[in-house]
Amino acid sequence: MSVYSMQPDANGFFGRFGGRFVAETLIPLIEALQTCYKEARDDREFQSRLAYFQRDYVGRPSPLYRADRLTDYFGGATIYFKREELNHTGAHKINNCIGQVLLAQRMGKTRIIAETGAGMHGVATAAVAARLGMSCIVYMGETDMERQQPNVFRMQLLGAEIIPVSSGTGTLKDAMNEALRDWVTNIDDTFYVIGTVAGPHPYPAMVRDFQSVIGRETREQMLDQEGRLPDSLVACIGGGSNAMGLFHPFLADDGVQMIGVEAGGHGVESGKHAASLSGGTPGVLHGNRTYLLQDEDGQITDAHSISAGLDYPGIGPEHAWLHEQGRVEYVSITDREAMEAFQLCCRQEGIIPALETAHALAEVARRAPALPREHLMVVNLSGRGDKDMASVAEYLGGPSR
Amino acid sequence: MNSTSRLDTRLAATKADKRPALVTYITAGDPDPDTSLDILRGLPEAGADIIELGMPFTDPMADGPAIQKSSLRALNGGQTQKKTLAMVQRFREHDRDTPLVLMGYYNPIYRYGADRFLRDAAEAGVDGLIIVDLPPDHDQAFFDAARDAGIHIIRLVTPTTKGERLKQVLRDASGFVYYVSVAGVTGAAPPTQDSVATTLAAIREHTDLPVGVGFGIRTAEDAAAIGRFSDAVIVGSALVDCVERAESPAAARQALHERVRDLAAGLRCRTCP
Ligand SMILES: Cc1ncc(COP(=O)(O)O)c(C=O)c1O
Repeated sequence: MSVYSMQPDANGFFGRFGGRFVAETLIPLIEALQTCYKEARDDREFQSRLAYFQRDYVGRPSPLYRADRLTDYFGGATIYFKREELNHTGAHKINNCIGQVLLAQRMGKTRIIAETGAGMHGVATAAVAARLGMSCIVYMGETDMERQQPNVFRMQLLGAEIIPVSSGTGTLKDAMNEALRDWVTNIDDTFYVIGTVAGPHPYPAMVRDFQSVIGRETREQMLDQEGRLPDSLVACIGGGSNAMGLFHPFLADDGVQMIGVEAGGHGVESGKHAASLSGGTPGVLHGNRTYLLQDEDGQITDAHSISAGLDYPGIGPEHAWLHEQGRVEYVSITDREAMEAFQLCCRQEGIIPALETAHALAEVARRAPALPREHLMVVNLSGRGDKDMASVAEYLGGPSR
Repeated sequence: MNSTSRLDTRLAATKADKRPALVTYITAGDPDPDTSLDILRGLPEAGADIIELGMPFTDPMADGPAIQKSSLRALNGGQTQKKTLAMVQRFREHDRDTPLVLMGYYNPIYRYGADRFLRDAAEAGVDGLIIVDLPPDHDQAFFDAARDAGIHIIRLVTPTTKGERLKQVLRDASGFVYYVSVAGVTGAAPPTQDSVATTLAAIREHTDLPVGVGFGIRTAEDAAAIGRFSDAVIVGSALVDCVERAESPAAARQALHERVRDLAAGLRCRTCP
C-alpha cells in the first residue's frame, strides 16, 4: 500500500494536519463515534445495509459517461463524467449521509443535525433522516438560504427544521459553528452529520471512506470501458469530499494525475475568493489544523464564491497534506470562468451542473484542448444545478439572455 | 517575577477567608480598547479575585450569543493579540497581585507563534491560559513550553469528562481546575446544585487543586449557591451583557462593575441561605 493510502495517526493527523481541536465536552463524543465507526467498518451486516441503500435508495453505481460532444468541442483529451449528479437528491453528498445516519442509528441516536452551504448536504441528510425515521435539524447561513432557496423548501418538505444562521457572513463556516454549538449542548441524543472531509478526527477519514465509493466505481468502470486507468482526475473543492472520494482509491497509482479545483471568486489576487490552499495559511478551525483564510492575527477572513458549496475558508486536512506532499495539484477557478463552463456543459452535453461542479469543468476547459485524445480525463460531476437557477439568472442578467 | 504563584497565593487567601474566589470574564477590547482597559483596571476594586481576559476570535464555537457579540465588538474595534498583551502589561503597571488568565481559542495563538506568544504573555504578566479548543491530547510541546514560561494551563473538565478521561485531563493540571458545569455554550442556563456537588466530589478524588465552576452563573444568588461547593465561581456572559446593554462606554463600565460588586457581596454573605 502506498504512503498516501494511510489512515491518519491515532490522534487523527495526516502529517501535521487534522487532529481533534474541539471543546473538551465533545472529546468523549467523538471517541465514541470513532469506536462505533471502527466496529461498523468490520461488520458485515452494517456493510451490507450500507450497500443496499447505496444501490436501491441512492441509485449506485452512478454511470461513468463519456462526454463525446464536449470532448469534440475541446478537441483534446477524452472527457468522462462521473455522474454523481444522478444520485438521489442530486449530488455526491448522500453517499456520506447514508453512512453517517446508519452509524447514528447504530449508536442509538435519534436526533440528526447538519450544517449546509449549497443545501445539497442538507437535503441529502434530511432525506436519509426521513427514511430512517429520525428528526433532523439543519443549520444554514442566511446568505446561503437566499441564494439556494429551492433547497430550503426541499429540506422542509422532507421534514427537516432549518435554522437560519445570521452570525458572521451567514455562510457555511457560520452554519458549522452553530451546528457545533448545538452538538455540545445536546450530547445525549444527537448525531452531527458533517458534510465534508473536515471537522475533528474521525470525520475527515470517515467521510472520505464513505465517499470513496466514487473512486472505486470509477476505477472499475474505466478498466471496463477503456481497459486501463485514467490519466487525470478533476474535482471541485469546498471542504473536499467529492474530490477526496474520487482521488483516494487512485492515490497509489503514480500514473494518475489529480487536480483539485478551489473557488477563486473574483481571483485569488483580489482577496475575494475561497481558495484556502492557493491563498491561505495553516491554522486551526472547526476541530482540525489545515490551510485557512485568515489575517495576520489569526482571525478567520470571509471567503467569497458565487457557489455556496465552495464558500468556505478552510479545506479538509488530508488535502492540506496531499498539497504539501505534492501528490495532488490544487488550482483555482474564478466565478466568471465557472459560469462560462456551466453554460458550455448545458449546451454541449444537455446537463445542468451545479455551480460547484462548474469549477471543475472550467479546469477541464483549461487543460483538455492541449492534451491528446488518448488522455483519459475524469471529472467528478458532483451535483446538478437545479438549485442554482436564481444565482445563474442574476449573474446572466435575467433568464432570457 | 513571581507570576506562577499569583494564582496559588490568591486562591490560598480566599480559602483562608472561607469564601470562594470570584473569577470575572471580560473580552479584551470590548466595546473599545480604552473602555476595556478601564473596565479591567476597575475589576479588582469591584471585587474580582481573579480576572479572565478573553482574546476575541471570529469563530468562538463554544460561546453563546453574549460572548460572540462581545468578541465581534472587540474585533470591530481593532483588537488584536498584540493589543491584548499590551493591555495586560498596562494593567500590571498598577496591579501586581491580581491573577490574570487569558482565555480564548487556539488559532490566534498558533498564528502569533505559540512560543513567541508564551514568552510575550509571561512578560506582560499573564498567569494562566485557558484554550477552549486545545485538548490535552494535542501539543504536549505547547504545554511544556507554557510551564517553562511560568504560565499555568488551566484544564477544563465538563459533564462528559469521566473515568480515564478525567484522570488524563487532570494529570498535568495546575493553577485551578475549571469545571464547565453544563454541556453547552457559555451563557446557558445555570447548572443544578446537585449535579455540581456530585461532579466536584469526583474531580477532587483526582486532584488537590482548587476547582472553579463556570457556565450559566449570572446572579449573586447563583454564585452563592454554587460557591457553597466550589473554590471559585466564574461569571462571564452576565458581565459582557452589561456592555451590550449600556448606552455609552462610561455606562458600560459602571454597570459591569456594579454587577461585579453585587456578585462579590453574594459570595461574602455568610448569613444568606
Ligand atoms: C454539488 C456540490 N459539489 C461540491 C460541493 C463541495 O463540497 P465538497 O468539496 O465537500 O465535495 C458541494 C457542497 O455543497 C456541492 O453541493
